[in-house]
Amino acid sequence: MKKSPVKTIVAIGIGAALFFVLGRFVSIPSPVPNTNITIQYGLLGFMAVLFGPIAGVLIGLIGHFLIDLSWGYGIWWSWVIASGVFGLLMGLAGTRLKLGEGEFGGKGIAVFNVSQVISHLICWVVVAPILDILMYAEPANKVFLQGLVGGAVNIVTTAVVGTLLCLAYAATKPKKGSLKEEK
Amino acid sequence: MINIFNYVDRPSPIHRLTGATKLVCLLLWTFAAMSTYDTRLLIAMAVLSLILFRISKIRVKDVSFLLVLMTTFMVLNNLLIFIFSPQHGVSLYGASHPVFRITERYTVTQEQLFYHLNLVLKYLATIPAVILFVCSTNPSEFAASLNRIGVKYTIAYSVALALRYIPDIQKEYHEISQAQQARGIEMSRKQNLIKRLKSASAILIPLILSSMDRIDTISNAMELRGFGKNRKRTWYMARPFRTADFIAMAVCALLLAAAIVLNVVNGSRFWNPFT
Amino acid sequence: MNEPIIEFKHFGFQYNAQAEPTLYDIDLTVRKGEKIVIVGPSGCGKSTLAHCINGLIPFALPGESTGTVTVAGKPTKEQGIFELSRTVGTVLQDSDAQFIGLTVAEDIAFALENDCVREPELHERVRKAADMVALSSHLLHAPSDLSGGQKQRVSLAGVMVDDVEVLLFDEPLANLDPATGKTAIELIDEIHEQTGAAIIIIEHRLEDVLHRNVDRIVLMDRGRILADMPPDELLSGPLLSENGIREPLYLAALKYAGVAVTPDMRPSSIRTLKLGENEKRAVSDWFHSVPIPPEPEPQPYLLRAQHVGFTYESGHKALRDVSVDIRRGEMLAIVGTNGAGKSTFSKVVCGFERQQEGEVTFTGCDWASLSLKERADHVGYVMQNPNQMISKTMIFDEVALGLRTRKVPEEEIRPRVEDALRICGLWPFRNWPVSALSFGQKKRVTIASILVLDPEMIILDEPTAGQDYRHYTEIMEFLRDLNAKGVTVVLITHDMHLMLEYAPRAVVFSAGRVLADDSSAAILTDPEIIAAASLKETSLYDLALLCGVDDPRAFVQRFIDHERREARQP
Repeated sequence: MKKSPVKTIVAIGIGAALFFVLGRFVSIPSPVPNTNITIQYGLLGFMAVLFGPIAGVLIGLIGHFLIDLSWGYGIWWSWVIASGVFGLLMGLAGTRLKLGEGEFGGKGIAVFNVSQVISHLICWVVVAPILDILMYAEPANKVFLQGLVGGAVNIVTTAVVGTLLCLAYAATKPKKGSLKEEK
Repeated sequence: MINIFNYVDRPSPIHRLTGATKLVCLLLWTFAAMSTYDTRLLIAMAVLSLILFRISKIRVKDVSFLLVLMTTFMVLNNLLIFIFSPQHGVSLYGASHPVFRITERYTVTQEQLFYHLNLVLKYLATIPAVILFVCSTNPSEFAASLNRIGVKYTIAYSVALALRYIPDIQKEYHEISQAQQARGIEMSRKQNLIKRLKSASAILIPLILSSMDRIDTISNAMELRGFGKNRKRTWYMARPFRTADFIAMAVCALLLAAAIVLNVVNGSRFWNPFT
Repeated sequence: MNEPIIEFKHFGFQYNAQAEPTLYDIDLTVRKGEKIVIVGPSGCGKSTLAHCINGLIPFALPGESTGTVTVAGKPTKEQGIFELSRTVGTVLQDSDAQFIGLTVAEDIAFALENDCVREPELHERVRKAADMVALSSHLLHAPSDLSGGQKQRVSLAGVMVDDVEVLLFDEPLANLDPATGKTAIELIDEIHEQTGAAIIIIEHRLEDVLHRNVDRIVLMDRGRILADMPPDELLSGPLLSENGIREPLYLAALKYAGVAVTPDMRPSSIRTLKLGENEKRAVSDWFHSVPIPPEPEPQPYLLRAQHVGFTYESGHKALRDVSVDIRRGEMLAIVGTNGAGKSTFSKVVCGFERQQEGEVTFTGCDWASLSLKERADHVGYVMQNPNQMISKTMIFDEVALGLRTRKVPEEEIRPRVEDALRICGLWPFRNWPVSALSFGQKKRVTIASILVLDPEMIILDEPTAGQDYRHYTEIMEFLRDLNAKGVTVVLITHDMHLMLEYAPRAVVFSAGRVLADDSSAAILTDPEIIAAASLKETSLYDLALLCGVDDPRAFVQRFIDHERREARQP
């Protein structure tokens, strides 16, 4: 069954809204006192795998852009773009999975997590810091360390939250084979 | 919660500009402020943005929350840069005029201070402009504006959908989270990080699954009302450009041009008073 | 007779994902300007039939079809979903999902924008459509500022801007309180008269739809049309009750009284109903013959809320001086309009929100110091939509969740979960994934996941929303059994039938205050309370008046007592 283009548009809109709500209002306490971590990249990984690279890149861009806009600290384009790239890469990885049909087993978990680790590393250790240096002329060691810390946190949150979301979604798809009532 | 983007509806010349104009200006303005480290231009832009703020009739108390955030962010970022790279200014400006010494590594130089000054000016030139955009642009106009500046209307509409459903999703998250907490799910520090993330997922899963249903229903509703049938669409909230719109865009274009010219004239993005 | 606008001929349909067809051999003609109602239990194919009319089938939901459907003289297959949308306007059940604009005006304009309609025509047509549904003063309001009824009117205006010839309503009453539902039916009727469009209403709340005239009722079951006849005829026969559709209450009462209902009595509405002297006497005699059940012994207080006041951070004062006492073993309804304070009250009881004034005591102990989680050991809260509560894939794990977070040892968890599953009738499915269950079964899973914590009281938010009569009865009878086992049950609801049939007592909230606290029969026969709480007078009351019964309030009570004793089986 081909996916209707309108459905992708709606998925981008709702995905960006979810990304925004998670990134802006939902934070869980981190091991470092007085800091919180957010979990929107687990969601983005899941949505990108399910709806494809175009949806992935746009959910990342729009969601992150709206978060920056609402905080009022200016639009940090380098990081907005990095979020988009993460969505893009996970969307490409998603073409190797059949999450939409409800398949997400051991192989799915492996592909999802290997892809998310590589994608996060590309985004936060390569794309974001390089853009920071090019756009904002910030010192290299600072931006790379920031990227490394941010990337590591995102890898952990995506591993847990993203994987659980994919598993839960796959479980809602009807499976072939019969279920019997038991006495 | 309703007004997450702090839109303040007040009649002012800035409010009367179309959303598309303001979006173009925001882009030109932030790119200008981003590309240059020329202190003179940054000062000019910072002053100009404060004047615009006056004109827009937006009061400090409307945005006090944003200002506090912005100041914190600015201080933190400057501090981080100094800690990581106390001689960044020296390498940028190719000279070293020590002012005082904390340790060998942390010798404060005029160049470093000047670099930080430029950073602060950059914030002052950019952030008021972003806040101004946020406070003076009706979210309803936003999607129409994106379409006007060349973004495909389908994609522009997905931004409108995001803005439309953020409050609904926020409310739903809140309700789900309360019901799950009653069942004993918690995300406090009492548990280790992985457990906390799993708890967060227990709240997220119902939210995401019901959002998937929502996507199906909304896309049916949109198709039934003809979304996507033509290559173009009109917008109820779109307004025609007036003279003021063209002037505003021209001024911002000039600023970006100035930034580029100065970068060429200075031979780099930095205006260097030290050599 | 007018020419046909919609024609089904030997039409059948099977979704790609399903093993059996959903529709078999449908023959149905709707003529221009007709008004018809389609009724049938869940899964009978009525929504699928609607999708075939508006083009979602076959264009968005693929499957195999046989026979033909023509709309406006042309097979739907040869039209696209867009072409069809010019003839057929659809108002979906979920008005939040249909409301896609950021404001009322933008949402009404949506279809016109997609048609590239320009200024000044665009604004003009939006204004006109808004006028028809009396929303022209709300054009710049956001959906969050509107009530459910207003959102539905926006949806209606949004499809009427296109001058459609058919208006299709998918369960228009599902999310509305009784008074708003009544207004909605009146509005649909006015629009029918003004525009002359054909109206198709899919709904299982038949009595409420029949508040205004309809031409025909189409009864469906298991993918087939069982009846297609004028309402007076259908209501006189046994077909409705045989096929799981709830009859209007006044007809049920007539049947209890042994009156044979015939088409010439005009039974389609209480307003048109004509009864002879003999029938009236029969009703009156029946009333006097129903025995009065003994008053139950008052039990000790379980929960007492005294002078509770609560104000949201936004400054909205949601509760003012609210005092409610709930006794052990009660089954009680909390009713009122949206925003009247009934949800806030239950949130305060559960500890989701903390009251600023007054106190809540439970079995005599002050509850102020108890956390959300601690209160949940005594009072469980079941959300309206089970999908918003279920976070585990397997039923067992879902029900066990609350025990596991409370660090109950695993060997104790198993028997407790199994008990809860047995009570909720889920034992045969204990090893199933949640996704294999129906909506009603999922609801039971959420109830089981609360019951497993062994609370003395459970609060359910709209326990039967969106359920057909069979599932409604199933869920409610289950809750009644639970109540008989000693669990105190609080029902937050809009549904007047539910209130009448299952809750001996009801507390009415209005503007943050307790407006009334009385028997459900008394409340639903008191015009002042009915108006303030956006309820609707029950047709039993009108029947009592019609038959000259001396005490109409007692009549309503007697009807409930009778039904309860008959212990209707689903």
